[in-house]
Amino acid sequence: MAMVDEPLYPIAVLIDELKNDDIQLRLNSIRRLSTIARALGEERTRKELIPFLSENSDDDDEVLLAMAEELGVFIPFVGGIEYAHVLLPPLESLCTVEETCVREKALDSLCKIGSQMRETDLVDSFVPLVKRLAAGEWFAARVSACGIFHVAYQGCTDVLKTELRSTYSLLCQDDMPMVRRAAASNLGKFATTVESTYLIAEIMTMFDDLTKDDQDSVRLLAVEGCAALGKLLEPQDCVARILPVIVNFSQDKSWRVRYMVANQLYELCEAVGPDCTKTDLVPAYVRLLRDNEAEVRIAAAGKVTKFCRLLNPELAIQHILPCVKELSSDSSQHVRSALASVIMGMAPILGKDSTIEHLLPIFLSLLKDEFPDVRLNIISKLDQVNQVIGIDLLSQSLLPAIVELAEDRHWRVRLAIIEYVPLLASQLGIGFFDDKLGALCMQWLQDKVYSIREAAANNLKRLAEEFGPEWAMQHLVPQVLDMVNNPHYLHRMMVLRAISLMAPVMGSEITCSKFLPVVVEASKDRVPNIKFNVAKLLQSLIPIVDQSVVDKTIRQCLVDLSEDPDVDVRYFANQALNSIDGTTAAQS
Amino acid sequence: MNGGDVTSSSAATSGPPPSLDWRFSQVFGERTAGEEVQEVDIISAIEFDKSGDHLATGDRGGRVVLFERTDTRDHGGSRRDLEQTDYAVRHPEFRYKTEFQSHEPEFDYLKSLEIEEKINKIRWCQPANGALFLLSTNDKTIKYWKVQEKKIKKISEMNIDPSKAESSSSPPQLVANGLPADKAHGYLSNDFSFPPGGIPSLRLPVVTSQETNLVARCRRVYAHAHDYHINSISNSSDGETFISADDLRVNLWNLEISNQSFNIVDVKPTNMEDLTEVITSAEFHPIHCNMLAYSSSKGSIRLIDMRQSALCDSHTKLFEEPEAPGSRSFFTEIIASISDIKFSKDGRYILSRDYMTLKLWDINMDSGPVASYQVHEHLRPRLCDLYENDSIFDKFECCLSGDGLRVATGSYSNLFRVFGASQGSTEAATLEASKNPMRRQIQTPARPSRSIGSMTRVVRRGSESPGTEANGNAYDFTTKLLHMAWHPTENSIACAAANSLYMYYA
Repeated sequence: MAMVDEPLYPIAVLIDELKNDDIQLRLNSIRRLSTIARALGEERTRKELIPFLSENSDDDDEVLLAMAEELGVFIPFVGGIEYAHVLLPPLESLCTVEETCVREKALDSLCKIGSQMRETDLVDSFVPLVKRLAAGEWFAARVSACGIFHVAYQGCTDVLKTELRSTYSLLCQDDMPMVRRAAASNLGKFATTVESTYLIAEIMTMFDDLTKDDQDSVRLLAVEGCAALGKLLEPQDCVARILPVIVNFSQDKSWRVRYMVANQLYELCEAVGPDCTKTDLVPAYVRLLRDNEAEVRIAAAGKVTKFCRLLNPELAIQHILPCVKELSSDSSQHVRSALASVIMGMAPILGKDSTIEHLLPIFLSLLKDEFPDVRLNIISKLDQVNQVIGIDLLSQSLLPAIVELAEDRHWRVRLAIIEYVPLLASQLGIGFFDDKLGALCMQWLQDKVYSIREAAANNLKRLAEEFGPEWAMQHLVPQVLDMVNNPHYLHRMMVLRAISLMAPVMGSEITCSKFLPVVVEASKDRVPNIKFNVAKLLQSLIPIVDQSVVDKTIRQCLVDLSEDPDVDVRYFANQALNSIDGTTAAQS
Repeated sequence: MNGGDVTSSSAATSGPPPSLDWRFSQVFGERTAGEEVQEVDIISAIEFDKSGDHLATGDRGGRVVLFERTDTRDHGGSRRDLEQTDYAVRHPEFRYKTEFQSHEPEFDYLKSLEIEEKINKIRWCQPANGALFLLSTNDKTIKYWKVQEKKIKKISEMNIDPSKAESSSSPPQLVANGLPADKAHGYLSNDFSFPPGGIPSLRLPVVTSQETNLVARCRRVYAHAHDYHINSISNSSDGETFISADDLRVNLWNLEISNQSFNIVDVKPTNMEDLTEVITSAEFHPIHCNMLAYSSSKGSIRLIDMRQSALCDSHTKLFEEPEAPGSRSFFTEIIASISDIKFSKDGRYILSRDYMTLKLWDINMDSGPVASYQVHEHLRPRLCDLYENDSIFDKFECCLSGDGLRVATGSYSNLFRVFGASQGSTEAATLEASKNPMRRQIQTPARPSRSIGSMTRVVRRGSESPGTEANGNAYDFTTKLLHMAWHPTENSIACAAANSLYMYYA
C-alpha cells in the first residue's frame, strides 16, 4: 500500500473509488475521469486507465452509461487524434451490453471518435471493430454494428467498402428481428455515405427485402426509411423504386404500418415530387383519411393542412375536402380533435370564398362538438381563420362555445380557455369583448380552483396590456377592487394578486391613487395570510411608485405590520423594509 | 436398458409414432415420508427456455428457482460417440443453478387488498451476453430479471490504505469522493495543474479475484396496469414486446418501457352486472408477432390479429365447440372454462385444457377441435362433490411436445396424462409424479375422439396404489398436478407435485 502526499490525496481517493462498493461513489469517479486521466498523464492513461476501463464492462448500467459518455470526449486525454484508436476497445465492449441506452451512448461516442480519426486509423482499427460487432455472437453487438457503418464506410478502400456493404446486407437478413429492425432504421443513414451507383444496385435491394419482412415491426421502420432514401435518389428512380412501396404500404394489412405512412406521407410527397403526388399519393392519402382504424385517421387528419399546402386549391377541394367533412363528424373524438387542431390552417390555402362555402360549416360544427378538446383546438387557432373570413361570421357561434367552455366542469378546460382570452380579445375587438367576455373574466377570479384564479389574475394583466391602462381603469379596476370586501379571505387575496400583476402595467399614478389605498386598508385585515401578502405586495410596488410615496405611505404601513403579533407577517414586513433601505442606499 | 427398441420401431415407416416409454429422471425437493409441505414452497409455475438448456420454477413464496442442463454441452467427445456408447443416458438432466426472491407480499392501501407474492407465470426472454433474462409475474406486477455471472471483485493496490485512512487523524473528515470536507472542490478544480507526464505515485486499483457468482437483478418493473389478477404473460416473436392478461383485459408492453402499456383487448362490459365471460389465458403466436390467442371462461378461444385495429375487441377467429344437445347441466359452463392454452411450436395448432378434456385446434379450422382427449371423464358423476370442495375451479395447465406429436396435462392424485396427437395415434399414458411413474399406467389404448362422452376412460387402479377404497375413491383431490412443461426439443417433461419438481424422459 502506497502512501500518498497530502496534495494528491483527493485524486488518489478518486481513483480508488473507481472500484468502491457504493455505486454513487463509482459514478462520481467516472464522471471525473478526465481529472484522473490528467493526473496519470497521457501515456499511463493509454496503457493503464483505458485497459482498466475495458475490463469494467460488468458494472451497473448507470456507471456504464457515464463511462460511455465520458469516453466520447476523451481524445485529448490519451494524446490526441493519433492515439484515438486506444479508446475503441472499451467502447466496443460497451456496444455489446444488453441495456439499450448504454449501447446508444457508446455508439454516439464511437461516431464522435470515428469521425475525427485519421483515415489510416479508421481502416486499421475502426473498420475491424465494425466487422467484429457485425459478426457478434449475441444480438446486442449486431444491433450496435448497424449504427456505425456510416462512419466506417467513409474513407475506406474500395475492397473494404464492398465488404461492408455485403456485411450490412447480411444484417438486414439476420435471424433476430431486433437486428433487422436496427438495420432498417439505420439504412437511411448508411445510404447517405454510399456512392450512387451502389445505391440503386445494393441499398435498394436491402430496402426491398426489409419492406417485405414478415415482422410488422421491421416493415414499420422500413417506412421511415422511404423518405430518407427517396431524397437521396434521382427523381425518376424515386418514382420507380420508392413510390410503389409507399402505395403498397398505404394499403398494408397492419394498421401500424399505415399509421407510419400517414405520419410520413408529407415527407414522402416531397421526395417523389408534385406530379406523382397528384396522381398516386392523393388517392393513397384519401384512403388513409378513410381508414378503418381511428389511430390511422388521427395521424392522417393531423397532416391535412400540410398536405393541402402541397396541392392546388382545386385538388384540395375536390379530393381532400369531402374527407375532411366526414372526419368532422367522425365517431372518434380524437380524430375530430386532431382535425380541429389543424383545419384552421386550411383557410388561407383555400381562400375566402371556398372557406366560407366549405370550411365554415365544418368550423361551426366542430365548435359545437360535445368534446371540449375539439372546441378548444378550434378556438386556439382562431387568428388564422379570422384573417380570411373576418370575425363577424364566426362570432355568433363562437360566443356560446366560449361561454360553455368557460364554465366547463373540468378545471383544465377552463384554464385552457382563459389562456386564449387575450388572443380572442385581440381578434374580436374591444366592443365585443366588453359585452360578452368581461363578466366571465371576473367570474374566474372567484373560481374554486386556485390555478384558475391565478390564471384569471394573469389574464387581467394581459388584457390591460392589450387594451391599455385607460380601458382597464374603466372595465377592470373597479370590478377587481370591489372584491376586496368579499367575506372569503381567499378572494380578498386574489385582489392583492391581481394588483401586484396589474400595477406595473397601469403605471405609478393609478397605482398610487387606486391600488395603494386598498392595499393599506387590507393591511388591517384580520387574517394574517392577507397581511403578509400585503407586505410582499408592498415590496413589489416599491420600484413602481415615487420615493415620496414609499416614504410616506408604504414605509408606515410596513412598520405597523412589522409589529404584528404573527411571526410570518413580521418576517415579510421586515423583508420589505430592508428592501426599501436597500434601494435608498443604492440611490444615495 | 431397452433403449434399443425405440430405434428399431421408429424405423418402421408410416403410421403414428410408437408410444413412449416414460422413465423417471430426476426429482428436486422430494418430500420425505411424513414431511409437511409448506404453503410457500408449493410450485406455481414451470417454464423451459427456448433452447431447453434452462428450466425455471416459481413458487407461492415469490421465489424463482433456475435449473440448468448438465448432460449436453459438458460432455467431451462427439455426439455420435455418445449415442453409440450409451443411448440411455442421453436424456436431459438438470442441476440447480440459482434462485432469487422475485416478488414480496404487498398491500394495496388504496384498495385495501393484500397482493400475494405467488408467482403466476414465468416466461423466458432472449438471452444476451451470456446472461439469462426472464419475466415473472404475480397477480399485479410483472418483473424483468437478468441472471448473470458476476466476478466477485477483490481490490488490491489501493492508493490509500483503507485501514489508515479511517484511523489516522491526517487527513481528517473524509466525505464522499475523498474530498476533505473543508476544501471540497479546491484540490480538483481545473486550476490544479498536473505535471505533463502525470503523477507516477498514483496507481489504479487492481482487481484480483476471478471467482464468479450468479446474481439476479431486477431490471424493470411493469406495475399498475392491471385492475384484476394477471393470469398470463407471453412474449412476442419480435423480441421487444410482450402481453399480460388479466380477467378482463390484455395489455401490450415494450420490454424496455415499464411506465406505459397499451390495452389491446378489453372485455369489460360497461355494467359489471352484464359480465358473463372472463379471460383465462393468453398467448402470442410463436412466429407471427401480430397474432395472439386468448381463452375464456365460456370455453372459447379467440385469435386476434393486431394488424386490424389498435383495440382488438373483435376477434379474427373464434374457436368454440358447439354444445352437445341435451347435455346441459348446472356444471356445463363451469367445466367448459378453459384453464390454459398453448400454441404448438410451428403456430399451426392451439392446445386448450378445460376441466374435463384437452382439445387440439387447428387454427385454420374454427368449426371444432381436430381432437379431444378425455382427461377427467371418470369424474363426471362426481361433479357435485368437486363443486362443493371447489376442486372444479382448479386450473390445470397443458403442454405440447416440441415436435407437436404429443400433448400432456395434469390431474389429481399427482397424476398426469400424455396423449399421442398425431393422426391415428392411440397413445394414452397415465403417469404418477413419483419415482415410479408407470405404476398407474393404463394399458387400454385410446383413440382421440371428436365427441365428448363417447369414450369413458377409467383409470385402472393397481392393487399397490395406496388410498384405494372399496367405493373407488382413489382420487385425492388435495394432491393435484397443475403445472407442467414439455422440453422444447426432447421428450422430457417437468411437472410439479406440490413442492417437488419431477422430471421424466422417454
